[in-house]
Amino acid sequence: MSEFLQQLLNGLSLGAIYALIALGYTMVYGVLRFINFAHSDVFMVGAFLGYYLGKLVPEHTIWGGLAVLAVSMIGCAILGMTIERLAYRPLRSAPTLNVLITAIGVSLLLEYTGQVFFGAAPRNFPSIFPVRNFSFGSVIVTSNQLIVIAVSVVLMIVLQLIVYRTKIGTAMRAVSLNPKAAALMGVNNDVVISFTFGLGSALAAAGGILYALNYPSIDPLMGVMPGLKAFVAAILGGIGNIPGAALGGLILGTVETFVSGSQWSTYKDAIAFAILIIIMLFRPAGLLGKFTVEKV
Amino acid sequence: MLRITDLSVSYGAISALDGISFAIEQGAIVTLIGGNGAGKTTTLRTISGLLRPKAGRIEFLGEDITKLRPHQIVARGLCHVPEGRMIFSNLTVDENLAMGAYLQSDDELIARNRDYVFSIFPRLKERIRQMAGTLSGGEQQMLAIGRALMGNPKFLMLDEPSLGIAPRLISTIFEKIVEINQQHGITILLVEQNANLALEVSRTAYVLETGHIVMQGESKQLRTDPQLKATYLGG
Amino acid sequence: MPPKPHLALLAALLFAFGVQHFSDQFNPYYLDVLTGIGINVILAVSLNLVNGYTGQFSLGHAGFMSVGAYLSAAVTLYFAPRWFGEDGGTAWQEGGLFLMALLAGGLSAAFAGLLVGVPSLRLKGDYLALVTLGFGEIIRVTFQNVESLGGALGLNGIPPYTTIFWVLAFVAITIFVVTCLVNSTYGRGFLATRDDEIASEAVGLNTTRYKIVAFVIGAFFAGIAGGLYGHFKLTITPTGFDFTKSIEIVVMVILGGMGNTLGVILAAILLTLLPEVLRPVAEYRMVLYSFLLIVLMLARPQGLFNFKFGKSKA
Repeated sequence: MSEFLQQLLNGLSLGAIYALIALGYTMVYGVLRFINFAHSDVFMVGAFLGYYLGKLVPEHTIWGGLAVLAVSMIGCAILGMTIERLAYRPLRSAPTLNVLITAIGVSLLLEYTGQVFFGAAPRNFPSIFPVRNFSFGSVIVTSNQLIVIAVSVVLMIVLQLIVYRTKIGTAMRAVSLNPKAAALMGVNNDVVISFTFGLGSALAAAGGILYALNYPSIDPLMGVMPGLKAFVAAILGGIGNIPGAALGGLILGTVETFVSGSQWSTYKDAIAFAILIIIMLFRPAGLLGKFTVEKV
Repeated sequence: MLRITDLSVSYGAISALDGISFAIEQGAIVTLIGGNGAGKTTTLRTISGLLRPKAGRIEFLGEDITKLRPHQIVARGLCHVPEGRMIFSNLTVDENLAMGAYLQSDDELIARNRDYVFSIFPRLKERIRQMAGTLSGGEQQMLAIGRALMGNPKFLMLDEPSLGIAPRLISTIFEKIVEINQQHGITILLVEQNANLALEVSRTAYVLETGHIVMQGESKQLRTDPQLKATYLGG
Repeated sequence: MPPKPHLALLAALLFAFGVQHFSDQFNPYYLDVLTGIGINVILAVSLNLVNGYTGQFSLGHAGFMSVGAYLSAAVTLYFAPRWFGEDGGTAWQEGGLFLMALLAGGLSAAFAGLLVGVPSLRLKGDYLALVTLGFGEIIRVTFQNVESLGGALGLNGIPPYTTIFWVLAFVAITIFVVTCLVNSTYGRGFLATRDDEIASEAVGLNTTRYKIVAFVIGAFFAGIAGGLYGHFKLTITPTGFDFTKSIEIVVMVILGGMGNTLGVILAAILLTLLPEVLRPVAEYRMVLYSFLLIVLMLARPQGLFNFKFGKSKA
C-alpha cells in the first residue's frame, strides 16, 4: 500500500510537469491548429536559463528559487514570442505541413545551438530551492516534489484565471473558435497568438526548471522525450482543451511511473506512444474533447 | 459615409467582383440583392477587411480604409455581422457580447449598450449564461446582431440575417433592424436573398449579378420593376 | 517519365554495374557519400509515394526502415557463417544471400506497414502523422527490448555487403516502381485520393485500399533502404531509427515539392550533401543546417524544386 502511495506521489509530480508542458502545446494548437514541435526545446532553454540564473542566487532559498523561476519564465516567454514572430507568422496562410516542418527546423536549431553553447554533456542542476525530505510512515515526500506540485497548481490556477476571467483570455478562446469572427470583433489575431505563445512558453520554462530539480541533470536534448510525452498528454486530454491537457499530463505521468516501477520498466517510453495510438484510434478527440469531422 | 470605387476582387483566377462602385449615405438602410454567387458576401467581406481587393478603393467617413486589417476597420465603427452568424459557440452569450465590446473601454457605455441589446432582444437576457452553440438559429442571429451592437457601430453590415431562421422570427429580426436604424441612427448595409423583405425595409437598393451592379434605385420603385420581379421576387 | 521506362531501368542497372566495376578507382569518401545519398533517395522517393502522391502524412518511415535493417541483418548474420564459413563466399554467393536478406527485410517492413496501415489510415492529417510517429517509436522501443537482436546495444559485425551496385540498382528500381505506379491507370487513384478523398469515393474508388497499397509499398522500400544501411554501416542501434530520422526523410519530401519525384530526389541529394559540405564549419554545421531548413521553408513554402505552384495538402 505504501509503495503504491509512493509511486502515486512520484507519478503525480512527474505528471504535473507533463501537464505544464502540455498546456503550451494545447493552447498553441487551439489558436493556430498546428503542433509546435519547438515547444519541447523552449522547455530545455527554460531549464538552462534556470541553471545559469541559479548560480546568481544563493542556493536552498525559497525566494532565490522563485526568482529564478520567474526570470526564466519571462525569458522563455520572450523566446516563444520571438519564434512565433520570425518563423511562424510569415507562414500564416501556408499549409499546416509547412508550418510543422518549420517548427521542426526551429526545434533542431534550438537543440544544435544549445549543443554549441552549452555543450552536449549533461550538467548538474543546482538545488535552488531548500532540500528536505518528509516521511509519512514509509512514504517519503521530497521538498522538490512538494515544490513541483505547489508551483504547478498555482500556475494552473493563474492560467485558468487568465483564460476565463480576462479580456485577452476570452479573446484567446474566441480566436481558437473562429479567428475571422474574432477579427470582426476588433481582435488583432496576431497579438493574441503572440500572447498565447508567451504564456505557453512561460509554462514550459517552469516545467523545465521543475523537471531539472527532480532529475538533476540537464542537456540540450533533454526536451525531446518529455516534450513528446507532454504532447501525448495534450492529445489524451483532447487537443485544444486546457483542463484536458492538465488531466492528460497527470494520467500519463502516473501511468509511466507505475510502469517503470514494474517488470516492464524497459517499455516505459513505449507506454506514452501506446496510449497515443489507442486514443487516436478509438477516441481521436481525447478524453475531454469534442470530435469534429474534418471539413470538406 | 461609405464610398466604394471600382472595387474588384478575385479568388485566384476567378473574378468575384468586377469593378463595382456605390456610395451609402449616413442614416440609410441600403440593401444589396442578387442570386447565389453574385458577389454580395464578397462585397461585405472586402469592406470589412477579411478579403483583399485586387483593385479599387473603399472610403469610410472620408478615410481610405482599403488596406486596413479587420480589427482596424472595426475600430472605426464599421461592424460586420457575417454570413452564417459566426457566433463563438463554446463561449456563453455573455462572453459573446463581451467579445463584441472588445475595443470599448468605457464601462458605462458598455453597460448601456448591453441594456439596449437586451431591450431589443429580451431572449438573450434569459439565456445569458448559456453556451451560444446551444441557441436556436434565430437566437444565434439575435446574438450576432447584439454582439455587433456592443461594438458601438456607426455603420452595420448584415449578411443574410434571414438565413436558416424560423419564418416567425424573421419578421421580428427585420423589425429590430429598422428599429436600430431609426432609434440609433446606425447606417445599415443589408445583404439578402429574400429580396421582397429587403426591399421592404430599405431605402435604396443595388442588384448584383455575377460581380456587376446591374440595377440600382429606390427600393420602392424596384419592387414594381417587372424585370426584377421576374427574377428575384417570385413573379 | 522517360518514354521507355523499362529501357531506362535496364540502362540504370547497367550503369550501376559499370560504376561498381570501376569503384576501386574512386575516392572511398566519395563512394561513402554516394551510398548515403542513394539510401536517402530510396527513403525519400518511397515516402513521397505515401506523403506526396497519396497525401497521407506519415512520420513513421524510420520505423519501417529499422524493421528492414534488423531483419536483413539478422538473415545475413545467421546464414553467412553457416554457408560461407570463415572465408566468406564468392561475390555471387554473397550477392545472392544479400539479395535474399534485403527482400526479407523489405517484405517484413511491408508487413509491418500493413499492420500499421490498416488501423491507422482512416485517420487524417496531423492525427495520422502522430499515430505513425507513435508506431515508429514503439517499433524502436521493441527492438531495444529484444535481446536476440542486441537490445539497446544493437547488432554488430554485419557483413559489409552493401556495394555501390546494390545502392544504385535499388535507387533505380525504387524510382522505376514509384514512377510507373503513379503514371499507370491504377496509380491515378493515388492522386485522386490525395486531391479529393470524398469525391474519389463517390466515383467508386476504394481510397482506403489505395492508401494501404501506397503505405505498404512505401514501407517495403524503406525496409530495403534499411537493409542497405545496415550492411553499409555494419552496426545498427535502435536509436539510429528514432523519429528524428523520420523527420529528416519528411523534410526531403517537402523540400522537394510533395508528389514531385525529381524534386524529391534532388532534395534528398542536397540534404545529404549539406552536412558534408558544412563539415569545415564543424560544430556549427548542424546549426546552419537547421537554420537553412527554416529559411528554405519560409522562402519556398511550395518546395525547393516545385516550379509549378500546385495545390499542396497537409
